[in-house]
Amino acid sequence: MSTKNTFIIILFLLSSSFACKQIEPSGPEEENILNGPIEELTSAERILHLKGDAAFAQSFNSETGLGPLFVATSCQSCHSSDGKGHPFTTLIRFGQWDSTGNHYIDKGAPQLQNRAIPGYLPEELPTGISYTKLIAPAVTGLGYIDAVSDADILNLADPNDANGDGISGVVNWISIPNYVIPRTDAIQNTNGKYIGRFGKKSAAYDLLMQTSLAYNQDMGIVSANEAIDTYTKLESEPEINLQTLFETVFYLRTLKVPPVRNADEKEVVEGKQLFMNAGCASCHKQELKTGNSSIEALSNKSFFPYTDMLLHDMGNGLDDGYTEGSAKTYEWRTPALWGLGLTPKSQGGNYFLMHDGRAKSIQEAILLHGGEATKSISNFSNLNDADRLKLLKFLENL
Amino acid sequence: MKNIYLILISNLFLFPSAFSQNDSSLFKQIPIDTSSKMNLNVDAIYNRPFLNFGKSPVTLGGYFETNFQHISNNGITEGLQFQARRLTLFVASSIRNRIKFLCELEFEDGTKEISLEFAALDVEFNPLLNLRAGIILNPIGAFNQNHDGPKWEFIDRPISATQLLPATWSNAGFGLYGKKYSGKWAFSYELYLSNGFDDKIISNESNRTDLSASKKNTARFEESSNGEPLYTGKISIKNKKYAELGFSYMGGVYNKFEIDGLAIDKKRGVHVFAIDFNSTLPKLNTYLVGEWAWVFVDVPKTYTQQYGRQQQGGFLDIVQAIIKRKIFGFDNAVINIACRLEYVDWNVGNFNETGGNIAENIVSISPAISFRTSLQTVFRLNFKRSLQTDLFGNPPSLLGGFQFGLSSYF
Repeated sequence: MSTKNTFIIILFLLSSSFACKQIEPSGPEEENILNGPIEELTSAERILHLKGDAAFAQSFNSETGLGPLFVATSCQSCHSSDGKGHPFTTLIRFGQWDSTGNHYIDKGAPQLQNRAIPGYLPEELPTGISYTKLIAPAVTGLGYIDAVSDADILNLADPNDANGDGISGVVNWISIPNYVIPRTDAIQNTNGKYIGRFGKKSAAYDLLMQTSLAYNQDMGIVSANEAIDTYTKLESEPEINLQTLFETVFYLRTLKVPPVRNADEKEVVEGKQLFMNAGCASCHKQELKTGNSSIEALSNKSFFPYTDMLLHDMGNGLDDGYTEGSAKTYEWRTPALWGLGLTPKSQGGNYFLMHDGRAKSIQEAILLHGGEATKSISNFSNLNDADRLKLLKFLENL
Repeated sequence: MKNIYLILISNLFLFPSAFSQNDSSLFKQIPIDTSSKMNLNVDAIYNRPFLNFGKSPVTLGGYFETNFQHISNNGITEGLQFQARRLTLFVASSIRNRIKFLCELEFEDGTKEISLEFAALDVEFNPLLNLRAGIILNPIGAFNQNHDGPKWEFIDRPISATQLLPATWSNAGFGLYGKKYSGKWAFSYELYLSNGFDDKIISNESNRTDLSASKKNTARFEESSNGEPLYTGKISIKNKKYAELGFSYMGGVYNKFEIDGLAIDKKRGVHVFAIDFNSTLPKLNTYLVGEWAWVFVDVPKTYTQQYGRQQQGGFLDIVQAIIKRKIFGFDNAVINIACRLEYVDWNVGNFNETGGNIAENIVSISPAISFRTSLQTVFRLNFKRSLQTDLFGNPPSLLGGFQFGLSSYF
């Protein structure tokens, strides 16, 4: 072969190689994904975030502690792409109908472990018991929710509807397990109970409690925090160490806020105004503020979750006859609306909204609201088609 | 364990080197047999280039693969990676007329994974009746037996072959095989009983039904996980002019259903069916090779659909020689263009909760250019693009990039 041809071939191979680097597929646009860390984290915090990411992605099997009774095999199974869950991993809870506590602990309550590793049989619901289905929430932005002060939450509450707007948000007063350290600004009621803020009924005090319970109840993974095996009902050797648990919690605390899209678009701006005018923002508060946080990036920040973190009467249609803490069976915590438009990206292209995923669209979810939301729903229903679409477009932009 | 392998390898090299110090002319290269177009995939085990020394009945061989790559997944890349993927050593011996032995020892990613992939005695009673015993390669599909790197135009092994079937899959076992020629036709059969899979195929780190998870159980070369044999059978038929077509089955009980005589579960089966073919199109001289497999696993209904009851997938390689002549001083060198198409669905079925499709699949395309200095040595430039979808069918992750490497028998 001539020198010229040799040179051409070498040049071709080299240029192909370097050109390929340029044509490698790019990732999805940042505004279209839920996962990723808060930008302002320090290097050490980013390293910890990555460790937590790995822990969050870890799938368990029978050799690594799964079950023997369980619902899901990993955190990601329920929170795919850190977004809302799919009905495949819906949780079922039962056994409590008032603030006197759960009466079916010996029957496997509060959570049904409806799957089992081979050789074991899963739990079954006791006959005739009322229960609720809970679809996993998105986990993005949880660090901000966690960093809101108790005082701010309590200030939003209006248990006796003093302002007469028909909205009477209340907090869920809960007992906390020994391993949870109350916040420095924690507020207790006269019974020594604390303000819950995570979970559909606000029954978890902080992300450590929520995560420890999820490992135990959802995956059957015993930790030093939640040491009772869901199958034997006995204290067992930890299947996950506290370091890993801490890293998972840190990961959840440092996930970014879900991005908004098209916020400046005319229809979205008008839709937002219609959302406010309809009274939706009475519960779905646009803005909250964080207090001091051990993570500097979370300290004293304004953020826009569209929730008041309070429990509200949602009417008979959403009363499943099950509750937690001091919440009533018909009360549900206002879910944050941020990330709503990205929900199909974690639910397989579909919407499974409301606490149990029964709503297959945003509009259906709105119309399922009852109780304190009745007036707002009426306002929404009275909108003409064009305005209704604008309001929906605003929600999809979140 | 690694030390034992290293000592063995050292001996393999010291032994011939003793000869070479005496007289290097005693070495004799036995090339791949390309004289017969009637070779079948079943022949791949022995149809490799070997180095014979002196009048010793022992022959040595092997191949080596190395490459560099730049791949990104969803826009995130680990940069340029250099990889020493595979060093495989063969030792073969004709013990007596019609009794032979071959072993294949493989080092993957340096010494990260060392495995004795094949070590079996073959006794020929008749061309149609051969006994093979030892560590055998289960003949499911074609790739599992015919997987030597230098034979392929692609650096990565096919996804379906490695993650579905799962190449390279070998077990301790016994079996029979045979071949028959008649005019333009060749026929072969293989039938083996061996140790096999275990519970890991539905309880593993992959978080999906994964036959390859059982490869981590190295005890399978010593004992069956449940006392039940894995049955593997294959028949192949080839027309010299057209193609070779293979049909294979592998199946048995995978789970540990009994401990100390006490039943702890029912017997649960795994059944794998595969079709493979290869052909060179007349006139165009385009070489096609591919296989498709179906996997059926009895997963307990009370377990999780995360682990699929059915899987399927396959690949098709299209290889076209575009230049055949002396290049860089290599006589009869060939430049090929090629393309691999792949698809694997790790979980065929629908969610009980919604009735919606369980996704969890991958589709991939890999255009390639290869430069063969001979049949033994190939330089490969591969491009990759694949879309992998999770269980729920969320937006797929997009993987892409290039690989450049070489693979050669020695």
